[in-house]
Amino acid sequence: MTDTTNNFQNKKAVNNRIKRMRASNVIARSILFLFAIVTILTTIGIIVSLLKDSIGFFSNVSITDFLFGRKWTPLFSNPSFGVLPLVMGTLIITLVSAVISIPIGLFTAIYLSEYANKRVRKVIKPILEVLAGIPSIVFGYFALTLITPLLKAFIPQTEIFNALSASIAVGIMTIPLVSSLSEDALRAVPDSLRQGALALGSTKMETSLKVVVPAAISGISASFVLAISRAIGETMIVTIAAGARPNLTFNPLESMQTMTSFIVQASQGDNPHGTVGYYSLFAVGLLLFIITLGLNILSHYMVEKYRKEY
Amino acid sequence: MNQIKYRKMKNSIFHGVIFCITLIGIVVLVILLADIIMRGVPYLTKHFFTNFPSRFPKKAGILPGIYGSIYIILLTILFSVPIGLGTAVYLEEYAKKNRFTKFIKINISNLSGTPSIVYGLLGLTVFVKTLGLGKSVLAGALTMSLVVLPIVIVASQEAIKAVPQYLRHGSYALGATKWQTIRKIVIPAALPGIFTGVILSVSRALGETAPLIMVGAATYVSKLPEGLNSIFTALPMQIYYWMGLPKEQFKDLAAAGIIVLLGILLTTNAIAIVLRNKYQKSIE
Repeated sequence: MTDTTNNFQNKKAVNNRIKRMRASNVIARSILFLFAIVTILTTIGIIVSLLKDSIGFFSNVSITDFLFGRKWTPLFSNPSFGVLPLVMGTLIITLVSAVISIPIGLFTAIYLSEYANKRVRKVIKPILEVLAGIPSIVFGYFALTLITPLLKAFIPQTEIFNALSASIAVGIMTIPLVSSLSEDALRAVPDSLRQGALALGSTKMETSLKVVVPAAISGISASFVLAISRAIGETMIVTIAAGARPNLTFNPLESMQTMTSFIVQASQGDNPHGTVGYYSLFAVGLLLFIITLGLNILSHYMVEKYRKEY
Repeated sequence: MNQIKYRKMKNSIFHGVIFCITLIGIVVLVILLADIIMRGVPYLTKHFFTNFPSRFPKKAGILPGIYGSIYIILLTILFSVPIGLGTAVYLEEYAKKNRFTKFIKINISNLSGTPSIVYGLLGLTVFVKTLGLGKSVLAGALTMSLVVLPIVIVASQEAIKAVPQYLRHGSYALGATKWQTIRKIVIPAALPGIFTGVILSVSRALGETAPLIMVGAATYVSKLPEGLNSIFTALPMQIYYWMGLPKEQFKDLAAAGIIVLLGILLTTNAIAIVLRNKYQKSIE
C-alpha cells in the first residue's frame, strides 16, 4: 500500500519536473524571440525617427527644392535647402577614397591569398587588423595634422580644410575592409581552378588575375560596395578634416561639407527643436540612410550570388 | 623560350609590386603611430590622468573622459550582451528556416552597415527627446548598445555555430530539454568566442564618436558623472575637443589622448586575438 503511494508520488514529482522543464523551455524561447525582435525594433525606430522629423522638414521645403537645389544654407536668416552641395561633397570624398582603397585593398588581398607564405601572412594579417581597429577620430587627426601639411607642401593652394586629405584618410581607413573581404572571396575559389590554370602553363600572375580574380568577382565587388558605403557614412574624418562649407565644386583641394559632417555641425549648434534648421538634420539623415541601405542590400545580393556559384 | 622568360619576369615584377602595395597599409600605420607618439608622449604626465580639461594645455587632463568612457562601456556591455547573445541563441538554436528568420538576418546585416551617425539621430529622437533621458550617460550608453548590437550578435552566432553537434546530441540523449542543453552545454562551450565578440564590440564602442556627439555628450566637463542621468564626456569626445582648438599645443594634447585611447584599444584587441587563437586550437 505505502509502496504504491510512494511510487505514485514519485511519478507525480517526476511528471511535475518534466512539466517545469518544458515550461522553462517555452519561456526561454519566447524571451529569446523578444530579444531577436529588438533588432527589428531598432530598424523601425531609425525609420520612424528619421521620417517623423523629415515630415516637419518637407512640409516647409519641397522635395524637388531639396534634391535639386544648388545652395545649402540652412542656418542663414534667409535659408536655402538644396542638398546638392552636401551630396557632391560626399560623392567626391567617396570617389577619391575609393580610388585609394579599392586597388590597394584588392592587391593586398591577392598578395595575401595567392602569393604570401604562411609566415608572412601571420605577420601582415594582424597588423591590418590593428589598422582596421583604429577609430575614425584618429584618422581625422592624421588627416588634419599630417596629410594636410604634406599636401600643402606640394600644392600650396590647398586649403587648411580640404576634401583631398579627408579622402586620403577615409581611403586608408577602408583598405582593411576591402582587403579582408576580398581575401575571403579569393580563398573561397576552389583550388582545382588554380591547379588547372597552372597545369596549362600559366604563371602565378596569370592564374591570379585571369582565373582566380574573375571567379571571385562577385565577392570582390561586394567588398567594393561595402567600402563605398562605409566612406559615404564616415563622419569624424570629414567633420575634422574637410571643413564645414557646403561647396558645390569638383576641386578636392577646397573645403567641402558632406551629409554626415553637416549633421554633426548642425547638432552641435544651437538649433532650437521644431525649426526647419533642426528638421533639416533628419532630412539629410534620411537621405544618407536610404543611400547606405541601398548599397548594403546590393552587396548582400552580390555575396549571395558568389555563394551560389560553388 | 623568350616569351616564357618574359612571362616569368612579369610574374616576379607583379609579385614585388603587390608586396609593396601590401606594405602601404603597414607603413601608414607606422607613420601614424610614430607621429602621435612623438607629439603626445611629452604630455603624458601623471596629472594628465588625474586632471580635468583646462584652458592651459600643460594643466589639462583627461580624467572625466576616462570616467565617462568606463561608464559608457560598462552600461553598453550590460545592455548589448544579453540582447545580442539572446538573439544569436534564438537564431541559431530555435528559429525555423522561414522568411521571417531570413528577414531578421538581413535586417541585422543592414544594421551593421548603417552609419553610426544615423544611430545618433535615433538616440537623439528616441532616448534624449521622446523618453526624456536628456543628454545623459544612460542615453549615450543605450545608443551605443544599438551601434554594437550587430557585432555582438554576429560574433555570438559564429561561436554557437562552432559548437560541435555531438555535444548537443549527447545532452538530448540524456533527456535534457533544448533550453537546458543551450544553457549548460552550448553557451559554456561557445563562451570564448562570445567573449571575443564582446571585446571587439567594446573596442568599437570606445572609439565611436559620432553617436555620442548626436546624443549630446559634452566636450568640456568639470565634474565626474555621478549617476545615470549625469552629463558626461568620453575619451574620443575630449580628443575631438582638443583637436578643434586653435592653439598648436592642444593638438599635441589630442595626440596624448589618442595614445591613451589606442593603448586601451590595443590591449583589448590583443586579448581578443589571444583568446581566439587559444579557442581555435582547443576546437581543432
